[in-house]
Amino acid sequence: MSLFKERQYLRIRVDREADDSLWMKCKACGELVFKRRVRENNNVCPSCGEYFFLTAAERIDSLVDPGSFEDLTERIVTDDPLAFVDSQPYRERLREAQEKTSLSDAIVIGRGTIEGVPLILGVMDFRFIGGSMGSVMGEHICRAMEAAMAERRAFVLVSSSGGARIQEGMFSLLQMAKTVTVRRRLAEAGLPFVSVMTYPTSGGVQASIASLGDILIAEKGALIGFAGRRVIQQTIAQELPAHFQTETFALERGQIDRVVRREDLRAELALALGFFAGVR
Amino acid sequence: MSDERTLDLLEAKIEELRQLNAVEGIDLSKEIARLEEKLQHLRRKLYENLNDWERVKLARHPKRPYSLDYLETVFEGFYELRGDRVTGDDRALLAGLARLDGRPVVVLAQQKGRTTEENKERFFGMPRPQGFRKARRAIELADRFRFPLISMIDTPGAYPGLEAEEQNVGATIAESLQAMAGVRVPTIAVVIGEGGSGGALAIGLADCIVMLENAIFSVITPEGAASILWKDKDKAKDAAAALQLTAERLLALGLIDGIVPEPLGGAHKDFGKTADALKTEIVRRLSELSALPANELLARRYARYRGIGRFVLAPIPTPDALPPAVDAARN
Repeated sequence: MSLFKERQYLRIRVDREADDSLWMKCKACGELVFKRRVRENNNVCPSCGEYFFLTAAERIDSLVDPGSFEDLTERIVTDDPLAFVDSQPYRERLREAQEKTSLSDAIVIGRGTIEGVPLILGVMDFRFIGGSMGSVMGEHICRAMEAAMAERRAFVLVSSSGGARIQEGMFSLLQMAKTVTVRRRLAEAGLPFVSVMTYPTSGGVQASIASLGDILIAEKGALIGFAGRRVIQQTIAQELPAHFQTETFALERGQIDRVVRREDLRAELALALGFFAGVR
Repeated sequence: MSDERTLDLLEAKIEELRQLNAVEGIDLSKEIARLEEKLQHLRRKLYENLNDWERVKLARHPKRPYSLDYLETVFEGFYELRGDRVTGDDRALLAGLARLDGRPVVVLAQQKGRTTEENKERFFGMPRPQGFRKARRAIELADRFRFPLISMIDTPGAYPGLEAEEQNVGATIAESLQAMAGVRVPTIAVVIGEGGSGGALAIGLADCIVMLENAIFSVITPEGAASILWKDKDKAKDAAAALQLTAERLLALGLIDGIVPEPLGGAHKDFGKTADALKTEIVRRLSELSALPANELLARRYARYRGIGRFVLAPIPTPDALPPAVDAARN
């Protein structure tokens, strides 16, 4: 969603450079950096440490044991129940996002292991209409939890989403209810759910599934909150602190358990999930 | 609705004539009858073909009955329970015990203010974390004592502000939702006016969702959608139509269970009639749901929400692989 473009408080920016160039300019420090080095560095600027977005595939690669990931994402797409048209038909927006990402929607789910610990993993992809949650993402999150229950595995969800997908109207809003309902069953089944919040975890995703993990981990540079800075300022014109809705803000206010650097996330998940190995 | 003023004027004129008729002893009954017919005709013309944006304005109409009005008429003996036990009491989301046809129930009710003073207290009907925490407490109470739960939804959305975010408003919404998903009693949600986004849904995950005829329920306000998607706040009218937020459309989409009819011109034109119709509907739905054992109620609720979503298999995401734009419900 363009909601997050052009905002000067943005700490991570989408890499919009053409893919065939070897160099990119870091939007944070202005340094020209070698693209391959950025990629090898988990999409963190080698010069200033700025985090760039990870695609779902890159995130999965950075977390699971090599060769362990099996994609469970069925290629379903929304049938556009509202036949939604804004400045552009929703179908066109979808098609563009699909072409850009080679994904059918904004999430990838699958099974794998992290340092040998089996898990079901869901990873959102912000490039796909701002990682927004519509029917398809809600369905995949539920299927991931169902797979976790069927296989007695832990569930890990890595969120990167601006919230509900407006173009699917009430179908989107109700995905909050849908994912929460299934999450309840996961809890009853006694399986652990670790929710990883990255930049951004907001709106309807933050107000439902992402906040209901047994353990809440924020990646450094995350944005965590319900109503965004712009909405608050437009509605009540309130002064907001500079670190509003950052991982530090959330940690200080008791909203999350831990803050982890990107390069440490894999080890962190292995550590956390290790405690639950016995309960399965 | 600029024409509404004309109708109000005409209505006042008729009333004036009526009083003249009584006082002066002049026979104006023919004149009155003619004007009344005209009023009825104009009213029908104005309200029978409301577009979605007019519907939004009607759902937000300042004279529209609010939750407390229904609490006094549909229910008996509302016994308010206040406070979230942590930081305060939200006056935009009320909770309490009441009786419905003599039967004890737990009520959750979002409440807007009528006056500036009241709106200051009630944050224009926008609940804060205090409200959602209180809701969760009331839902747990309903579960513990097997009281059915009735929610009345009427809010522009959760209150957007620094304090709300500091108290993790999103998580309080998520927890209210989770409590509703598991409560072992029949739950009914009624959208009486504005069903605004997550703040509304937080008390809306129910076994049965009904809407008043002119109520709306939406993922985002039309103004919000206009500014994000159209980049133009003046496109709210277009956004209202695109979002399909009316009771009629949501029923056709299979997302709600029923519509409670309102008098021509809206619930405020004949509150008694609206309240009667609402009570009849809630009592009927509750007796249906009460017939089910708790485990079946939960199984049905699970199936309902698990099944929400519209998608099709699409092998390759290429331009031609997308299904054609057909909406069966609309044809």
